[in-house]
Amino acid sequence: MLSRVAESIYWMSRYIERAENVARFVDVNLQLLLDQPAGIQAQWDPLVATTGDDALFSDKYGEPTHETVIKFLTFDTENPNSIISCLRAARENARSIRENISSEMWEQINDTYLMVTETPEEWTMTEPHQFFTDIKIASQLFIGQTDNIMSHSEGWHFCQLGRLIERADKTSRIVDVKYFILLPSVVDVDTSYDDIQWGALLHSASAFEMYRRTHGMILPNSVVHFLLLDRDFPRSVLYCLKNAEESLHAISGTPIETFSNPAEQGLGQLHSEFAYAQVDQILNTGLHEFLDAFQTKLNLVGEDIYKTFFALRPVDRISTVSQSQMQ
Amino acid sequence: MTYFSEYNTDGLYDEMFTSDGSPRPAVQLLVERINNFEEGEFIRRQITAEYALLRMGITFNVYADEQGVEKIFPFDLIPRIIDANEWEWIERGLKQRIHALNLFIDDVYHEQKILKDGIIPHEVVLSSERYLEQCIGLDPPRGIWCHITGTDLVRDGDGQIYVLEDNLGCPSGVSYVVENRQLMKRTFPQLFGMYQIQPVEDYPSHLLDMLQYLVSDRVMTPEVALLTPGIYNSAYFEHSFLAQQMGVELVEGRDLVVMDGYLHMRTTKGFQQVDVLYRRINDDFLDPDVFDSESLLGVPGLMDVYKSGRLALINAPGTCVADDKVVCAYVPKIIKYYLNEDIIIPNVPTYMCWEDDDRNYVLEHIEELVIKEANQSGGYGMLIGPHSTKAECEDFIQRIKQNPRNYIAQPTLSLSRVPVLIDDHFEGRHVDLRPFILYGEDIYVLPGGLTRVALKKGSLVVNSSQGGGSKDTWVLSNPF
Repeated sequence: MLSRVAESIYWMSRYIERAENVARFVDVNLQLLLDQPAGIQAQWDPLVATTGDDALFSDKYGEPTHETVIKFLTFDTENPNSIISCLRAARENARSIRENISSEMWEQINDTYLMVTETPEEWTMTEPHQFFTDIKIASQLFIGQTDNIMSHSEGWHFCQLGRLIERADKTSRIVDVKYFILLPSVVDVDTSYDDIQWGALLHSASAFEMYRRTHGMILPNSVVHFLLLDRDFPRSVLYCLKNAEESLHAISGTPIETFSNPAEQGLGQLHSEFAYAQVDQILNTGLHEFLDAFQTKLNLVGEDIYKTFFALRPVDRISTVSQSQMQ
Repeated sequence: MTYFSEYNTDGLYDEMFTSDGSPRPAVQLLVERINNFEEGEFIRRQITAEYALLRMGITFNVYADEQGVEKIFPFDLIPRIIDANEWEWIERGLKQRIHALNLFIDDVYHEQKILKDGIIPHEVVLSSERYLEQCIGLDPPRGIWCHITGTDLVRDGDGQIYVLEDNLGCPSGVSYVVENRQLMKRTFPQLFGMYQIQPVEDYPSHLLDMLQYLVSDRVMTPEVALLTPGIYNSAYFEHSFLAQQMGVELVEGRDLVVMDGYLHMRTTKGFQQVDVLYRRINDDFLDPDVFDSESLLGVPGLMDVYKSGRLALINAPGTCVADDKVVCAYVPKIIKYYLNEDIIIPNVPTYMCWEDDDRNYVLEHIEELVIKEANQSGGYGMLIGPHSTKAECEDFIQRIKQNPRNYIAQPTLSLSRVPVLIDDHFEGRHVDLRPFILYGEDIYVLPGGLTRVALKKGSLVVNSSQGGGSKDTWVLSNPF
């Protein structure tokens, strides 16, 4: 497979996943606000913080408000991680590899993009839930088509790799930001409001029902464990790492637990770290520090994937061709 | 009231109706069938078809701004029908023409016999912008230069078909021929039972056969790639479509590299050799070491690999010398010289401004003529005398005087018309026809080709960049 094509498949998949994640946690937070006790200042900062684009936001809008945050995360074309920017980037990548993916996959991405461009912006204020649900369904349809129409060969594994790395990153950010916000509010501990907030965290990762079936009571430690370390829940970080590693090895042909390139080494180490971690130990040493280190390591894996598979250089001609996609 | 009861040919040649308003024999069945449709049904199907084009992303880029404006290529649902006898004549004429043009190009870059024998003046060929000195002495694989041609044909008011130009560079539009047929089958399945129509869906197979044939004498399983300038190119859909249908890699310049005397593409498993490159970029951009040094679209060192015979390029660099509109005017003589035959499909009569008599005539009659630059296409750089102002004509008079070699003139043909759905009724619009010809083991002509329609009322310019649309083109298997 052409390096450029592999890279475009990888990013197409990452951007679709990113759009879905943004839609999911904006939706949940909007609903959460409806439950907020009167007199408490609405918290818009965490939403922006989750995407990691706080600096860009404050440069452009200053203090976060309902309107500006929603605008920034949905229809702002200057924000590279807004829903519309993600879908556009996914579509551009898909367009450059149409001959490699099925027509159905292309049409699904194209349809989603056209749907969003035809949606009046004010719907995100008047009918937000419907809008975000449409985005989530579109992403799930695309993933379903990828699974059931595309051959599970090299291209499909690059698709998996992109999606799972993106998902691991976003789940870890959701946990990081929410945990940081939620924990200090001692006043609320054991109140129904506390329960609702932890529930919202689970909803942000579409994990609420599955969590209930596994753990029952909503306890902070169990929520963190479920989102980071659960073996079976497909949006937990451990699950993503394990399956990303399998795809990476399927691409290179190297057996798992050995490695032939830095990406395999880095991802293998991360996977082991999570596989043998305990939630109490993580909390004792500091959740934020743990997640921060994780995100840095995951970014390094992303760079190593780029160097190993996408940036092939002949020995004699060095040129700087790189796709400036956003990590 | 029937769909066609108000239709008026306005005294012009119509592809479907004779001057007294009765359908031509081959289209009679079609007209009856359309007249039986319920009111409004045609518009409904037209809208459905257009939305399908948008969803499938069958679009071209008008210009690349931040949003990348994409438009669908307007599609009209009434097919253009070509009778089997007429097509047999067109096919014969095109094969003759391509055969002779290939001999001409090969001669121009080798012995130049046709110039030495005084059939074409030296300076006409050697002054052409498209004549490439870098190609002198080159022997393309299998001796073929013009593998893919999209010759434009037009019909004048008296019914005579002429060749307008050959398009030997990177003619586009063939993907619309295939997609239009598929769209027609989806939209009007009931119309297909009436006729025996020659298929067009096998074009990608013919194309792949031709591409592989070029190197099959030295490579067992040739690796074919299609080189595109990228997603912002106006014909990107076509590049992607053809690569997908043939199952070959679609590559950009940055995917390719010359190493150890061969062309390679960068893959996730290392470098892989390419034997055949169907390039959809112009000669100028192919190799920055040899041609335009600013080009980012091509591959440094590509021409060296080509010259060493380790790569087939389609079409061969240098081919476009025969596309120069002044050289094109000599095609009747070229055919006579190499094949000793008379030309079957005539050229549109052409005045060459570099010849004194012709130029004087052109300058005096400019308001009746169409003036074209020798090396422009796509409807750019031309003047349609009867539709232009005095100032525009004056501008071209000055340009011709300054650089007579760069201009030709042709009489303003009254292009034939076809009915087109405009709002809720049919109106006549001018058309041309671009058949596609492949030159491999033998010469193959795709039955039909792209019928382009000038959608603006009275307009004679059919190019998609200038508001043109297209129609499905049916070549019938049996004569009527």
